[in-house]
Amino acid sequence: MSELHLPWLELAVLIPLVGSLWVAFLRSHTVARAHSIVFCVLALLCAVGEWIDFSTLHSFEAHDHWDVLASTFHRDVLVVDELSAPLLPLGAMLYLMTVLTTLSTKVNRFSFGWTLFSESILLATLSCREPWAIIALMSVATVPPLLEMRFRKHSTRFYCLHMGLFIALMVAGQALVPAGASALNPPVIAGCLLTAGALLRSGITPLHCWMTDLFEKATFGTALLFVTPMTGAYAVMRLVLPIAPDWALQWIAIVSLFTSVYAAGMALVQHEARRFFCYVFLSHSSLVLVGLEMVTPLGLAGALCVWLSVGISLLGFGLTLRSVEARTGRLSLDSFHGLYEHAQVLAGLFLLTGLASIGFPGTIGFVGTELLVEGAVEVYPLVGLAVVLAAMLNGVAVVLAYFRVFTGTRHQASVSLHCRLSERIAILVLTVLILGGGLYPQPGAASRYHAAVALMEHRGDTTSSQHVVDDAGQSSIAPQQPTSQAGLLAKTHPH
Amino acid sequence: MNINTVYQILGLIVVASPAVLLAVLGLPALLGKPLTESAQGHFTRAAVLSGLVAALVVLGMMLTFDSRHVSIELGNWVEIEPEHFHFHMKFVFDRLSVPFAILSFVLCGTVGAFASNYLHRESGYQRFFLLYAVFLLGMVVSSLAGTIETLFFGWELVGLSSALLVAFFHERPGPVRNGHRIWSVYRVADAAFLIAALTLHHLTGAGDFDGLMGTGPWPEGVAAIDSRHALIVGLLLLVAAAGKSGMVPFSGWLPRAMEGPTPSSAVFYGALSVHLGTYLLLRVSPMLEVSLPLSIAVVALGLVSAVCGTLASRVQSDVKNALAFSSLTQVGIITVEIGLGFRYLALIHMIGHACLRTLQLLRSPSVLKDFQLLENAVGEHLTASPGFWNSLLSRRHLDFLYRFSLERGYLDSLLNEYVVRPFVAVFRWCDRQERRWTGFAGGGESRESDRIAVYGDSLEDVL
Repeated sequence: MSELHLPWLELAVLIPLVGSLWVAFLRSHTVARAHSIVFCVLALLCAVGEWIDFSTLHSFEAHDHWDVLASTFHRDVLVVDELSAPLLPLGAMLYLMTVLTTLSTKVNRFSFGWTLFSESILLATLSCREPWAIIALMSVATVPPLLEMRFRKHSTRFYCLHMGLFIALMVAGQALVPAGASALNPPVIAGCLLTAGALLRSGITPLHCWMTDLFEKATFGTALLFVTPMTGAYAVMRLVLPIAPDWALQWIAIVSLFTSVYAAGMALVQHEARRFFCYVFLSHSSLVLVGLEMVTPLGLAGALCVWLSVGISLLGFGLTLRSVEARTGRLSLDSFHGLYEHAQVLAGLFLLTGLASIGFPGTIGFVGTELLVEGAVEVYPLVGLAVVLAAMLNGVAVVLAYFRVFTGTRHQASVSLHCRLSERIAILVLTVLILGGGLYPQPGAASRYHAAVALMEHRGDTTSSQHVVDDAGQSSIAPQQPTSQAGLLAKTHPH
Repeated sequence: MNINTVYQILGLIVVASPAVLLAVLGLPALLGKPLTESAQGHFTRAAVLSGLVAALVVLGMMLTFDSRHVSIELGNWVEIEPEHFHFHMKFVFDRLSVPFAILSFVLCGTVGAFASNYLHRESGYQRFFLLYAVFLLGMVVSSLAGTIETLFFGWELVGLSSALLVAFFHERPGPVRNGHRIWSVYRVADAAFLIAALTLHHLTGAGDFDGLMGTGPWPEGVAAIDSRHALIVGLLLLVAAAGKSGMVPFSGWLPRAMEGPTPSSAVFYGALSVHLGTYLLLRVSPMLEVSLPLSIAVVALGLVSAVCGTLASRVQSDVKNALAFSSLTQVGIITVEIGLGFRYLALIHMIGHACLRTLQLLRSPSVLKDFQLLENAVGEHLTASPGFWNSLLSRRHLDFLYRFSLERGYLDSLLNEYVVRPFVAVFRWCDRQERRWTGFAGGGESRESDRIAVYGDSLEDVL
């Protein structure tokens, strides 16, 4: 296996973990916020370093230089590959932006220590390919939101019920996976249990209500950070994709598609901003799953693109709502709020991120959505139509929310509600990413297609022909040869 | 420097000038340092003039050198070669696109000059010109698009800017609701357009109009798909065009669009935006010749829209609404012309109508004064004489027609009753079931958000 030039992965996981301990001892919330920003910046730098380093290796997977965990356990615990390489910086950025935009009105109720702990767990999950370790980490990740809800004296029964079921399904499913299981020799019961667990964590209908419950009861920041990294989709890719047959994956895609349309419709009838955001997010994250399960290079590449674009755009969308909430309290969507004159930059970002999430031309979501629809149409033409329908409903919902929050009346404020410097920085970064990725999409699309082809080859899923990926990231069609996964990878990736 | 290089440079100037304007107006706004009114006016004039002059020079060169089809290739915006997935950026200058692009520059320039005075010291001045730049870019890209993907790009920009401009006076709920209604209709049209584009991709392997419509210059191209596929794709594009041009059954958005400021009503809904649907039909008009049922559908839609428009325009009590429905009548007739194969006539009709309607809408704030001037000139009060139909129809039929026209063909009511209301009812029922489930499984009330007061926890309350 290739080796990174520095221990990026271990550093990315350790820095926020150390930070969480450090911050826990600080008494001042304001100081804790400032220190948390520093730890988050360092973690992001390590994650970006990992991505850049990995991309120079032209390899399918790589592990750390001076890998302490590998030398201790004699296994490659932390490994980065084509799938997870960009997800790590995305995850680190999610946390940095959330901490950065936490205003002083909210610092008392937002736990920076637990946030850094969650970041460490997330980055470890995304760096991990061992099934049991992934399940363990995802189980641990359910704890901080639980503690926060308990601390806020909210009922946690519904959340515990679902997360307990999720952990039980994953553990039972993984325990039943026999050695040598593959897509050609699928363990049906184990696959069903793992699929059910991962779909529950992804919030697929009818197992999605825990997500709206979480947004009701936890702080917006915690709920946002628990769902936006889409670890459920990651679990599907790591635990289900390698052992599930094509027909099962396509059924998952159809269930996800139903969720996407259903959630888009539900977003239109919501009375409150957080629930609205939750459904919009659910609709988009289900679209990612649709593409992931299409088992075509184009659909998979579209899903990987949408994964990144939705992560960035809905992060911005959620953070904007959170910033508005920090100024006005929970937002009802039954009435107009007219905040435009007081928060013009936030209004602009709200619209921009919302439009990016629906794949508006010129934004980061456009090409991903096109690829996804194109890939879906290849498998089932009607699926492509449903994706367009979901995008249409989401578009209507996003602009409806914009009008409700920022227009329709004139808000009278006696204090300044304008953006703070930290918010401005976050807005600028997100805008550059959204417009930059939209106006110059080729590198992102090519990289995700390359990853999609490599993942499909890794799964050993090519049928009549296989894609050969060369070092420059170009792919070509070659006659199929009956090789093992290792042999295939060795052949296509000489590193 | 050969002639092709000159074409390339001029073509790029035509497309780049509105894009640069958008960047110049948008970046300072993003950084919280908006430009002054005069600076915005100067930049707008410079962008429109440079684009217009470049387009006129291209037209002059095409006439001089007898070129009927000039392509400006910008390469593939996105390319995944193994899957044959290309997003090809290409602009075409031909007998259809050049007049429409010049029309866009002329009318946008006129309205820009008018708006800089009309909206002087208006709080939304900067927002208006930013959306104006988005609209201009969308129109120019749509006009010159050489591939269906590029056309979709411009199409979406036009839709967004139009909806936001309808809601320009956004401190009142009325314009905002109307803006959202228009956006919703546009989203339906966009979805139909996107599906049509995808279908075309699958049928022809590319979205290039040259490949789709044959190699001949417009309007002599011959469509490269069979009649069944032409019918499917054509009907989808017809839905898209109907949504964008406010034709039946979507015509309810036209009077709502008049909530925007007069300059935007004039250039967007009276002149350019409303013709974008017919422009699309003209662009794909070779497809109509392949399928007779498609041509019949186009003619029928145009006729119904024209009749609805003329009926509704006669009973409006507001001059902008009357002009909006008059526009619909003309758009309907243009659509009929396209369906019957009179492409040049449709193009000339479209240009003439757009110019006339812009002038009328820009004069509409002064209509009472104009009316009084006319009466003073004539020397007596102007009276309406009984129309032709009054002698042919009974009172009962006239009353029915009046009600029908006043209710704009009941189209909005029908859409509300049979599309919006069932949709909302179904999802509200689902929402209630979810509430019951979370309440039951959570062991108590699960929707604390129901009790939220609008500003119950605001910063100001805390202070």
